[in-house]
Amino acid sequence: MSLLAFQRDMRDWLLREDMAAVDRIGAAAGPGLAVYQNNYRTQLVACLEMSFPRTRAWIGEDMFLRAAVHHIDSVPPSSWTLDAYGRDFPATLAQLHPDDAEIAEIAGIELALEELFVAADSPAVGLDGLGGVDWDRAVLTFAPSIDLLHLNTNGLAIWSALIDQKEPPTPQYLETPDVALLWRQGEQCRIRCVDDAELQVLLKARCGMTFGTLCRDVAQLLGEETSMTLVGRWLGLWLSDHMVVAIDDREQAAPCL
Amino acid sequence: MIPSFPGFGLGLRKEHYADFLDHRVAVDFLEVISENFMVDGGRPRRILRDIRARYPVALHGVSMSIGSADGLDRAYLTRLRALVDDIEPLFVSDHLSWSRIEGFNSHDLLPLPYTQEAFDIVCANIDRAQNALGRAMLIENPSTYIEFAPADMTEWQFIDALCAHTGCGLLLDVNNVFVSASNHRFDPIAYLDAVPHERVRQIHLAGHSQGDHLLIDTHDQSVPSSVWQLYAHVLPKLGPVATMIERDDAIPPLADLLAELSTARRIAAGKLEEAA
Repeated sequence: MSLLAFQRDMRDWLLREDMAAVDRIGAAAGPGLAVYQNNYRTQLVACLEMSFPRTRAWIGEDMFLRAAVHHIDSVPPSSWTLDAYGRDFPATLAQLHPDDAEIAEIAGIELALEELFVAADSPAVGLDGLGGVDWDRAVLTFAPSIDLLHLNTNGLAIWSALIDQKEPPTPQYLETPDVALLWRQGEQCRIRCVDDAELQVLLKARCGMTFGTLCRDVAQLLGEETSMTLVGRWLGLWLSDHMVVAIDDREQAAPCL
Repeated sequence: MIPSFPGFGLGLRKEHYADFLDHRVAVDFLEVISENFMVDGGRPRRILRDIRARYPVALHGVSMSIGSADGLDRAYLTRLRALVDDIEPLFVSDHLSWSRIEGFNSHDLLPLPYTQEAFDIVCANIDRAQNALGRAMLIENPSTYIEFAPADMTEWQFIDALCAHTGCGLLLDVNNVFVSASNHRFDPIAYLDAVPHERVRQIHLAGHSQGDHLLIDTHDQSVPSSVWQLYAHVLPKLGPVATMIERDDAIPPLADLLAELSTARRIAAGKLEEAA
C-alpha cells in the first residue's frame, strides 16, 4: 500500500470509522486505531468546549455535546491550527436550533472575541497625535481587530449575563436587529452595540471615505448642526476606544462606493 | 550541525505564565508549542516575547505534518518562519508523524509506515521545511499505537537514516520510546542504543497511562521510574544535552515540575560523572 493510500484510509477511519479501511490497514491494528479514533474526537470536542464556554453553559452539557458530535461528523477539520475548528460551529448551531437563534448568536460572539484576541497588533492613534490634522482630507485607518456582528436576538444580553454570572434574560427576538461592534483595546476585548447612523458612518470611514466627506454625508441626512455633534462624538469614541490606528491627510482618498 | 545546549528546561504552559514572568525560575530554557503562538498578535505573542526576554526558548511544533504524502502546508511554514525570526529559538522541532492529508487535518500525531517510499517523502518534506525555515530542525520520535507489517526498516533505522540524509537533529522522547516499545514489544534499550547519539540535541521526559490494550502517551502524570531508568541508560551515550519535562494535562504546581527537573539534573550529574 502506498503512503497516500494508507493516509486516505486513516482519514476515512477517523472521519467515518470506515471498516473497509481497517481491513486494508490490518486487523491487528484494531486496538490502536480505536486509540487514534478516540484521540481525534476527544480533542475536537475539547477544542469546541474551550472555544464556546458560554454557549455550553447556556444550552447545557448534553445538548452541547450532541451539537459538537454533529459538527465533528459534518465538518472535518482542515486548518493547520485547531483554533480555527470552531469557525463553522455557530452555523452548525443555527442549523440544529433554528427556533432558538440566540444559541448561534452567543456562539458567534464567542468566536468573534476569540479571533480578535489574537488579531494583529496595531498601536492606536493618541489624542496628542491630532494636532495639525487636515480633517477635511483625513482618512482614518481602523484597528485590524474590528469586527461587526448582526444580532436578531438578545443573545448579547444573555452572553453578558453569563459572563457576569447573573441570571440571563429570557431569549427573545429583537424588535429591530442590532449590530455589535467588537474590537481589542490593548489586550482587552471590547464589545458594544452601534446604532444604524454610527454603523453607516463607520462602514464608510473603514472603506476610506475622508472625514470631510463623511461629515457632509451625514449633514445631508441630519442637518449640519446635528451632524457636527454626532460625527464629533463618534470620532471621540473611536479615538478614546483605541479603534483608530492611523489618520492620513496627505492626499484625497478614492470615494467610497 | 545544530549546536548543543546542555541545560534543563520545562514546557511553558498557561498555568505557569505568571510564575515565569514574575520570578526568575531556575530553568535553563523553556519549550513552547509553536502553533499556540503562530498568531497575528495579541496577548500570546506579547507573552512569548516577554518570556523570550528572560529565558532561552525552544519551539516545538505539532502540526507541520512532515509525513504527509501530499507535502507541506506553505502557509504553515510561512507563519512558523515568522515566529522563528521573531523569537530566535534554541531549537525548532516537530514530530516524525503526519496529521494532514488532502485538506483534512486530524490534529493528531498519526503513525508512519517505515518504508522506503515514506522515507523519501519525509526526507523531501524535511528538506523543504529546513529550507523554508533557514535552519536545521529537530525531529521527535513518536509514540505509536499501530505498527505496519510490510516495514522496510525499524523506527530507529528510519531515524538514523533520516538524520544522515537531511542533516536534521533528533529530539529523543524517552517516554515515547517506552510507550512504543511496550505497545509493539520491542526492546527500548536496543532502540536507545541504536539511535544516532551524535544527533540528539534535546530529550523529552514525560508520563503515560495504561489504556485498555495499550500504553497511551498522555503527558498527564509525573515521569515514571521506567522512563527515568531509560534516561539514565542513554545519557552517558549522549553527553550533556538539553533535557526537559513535558507535561500537557493535569498540570501540577510549578514546584512539582521543578522537583522532577531536579531529579533529571541529579541523574544527569551522576551518569555524566560516571561516564567521565
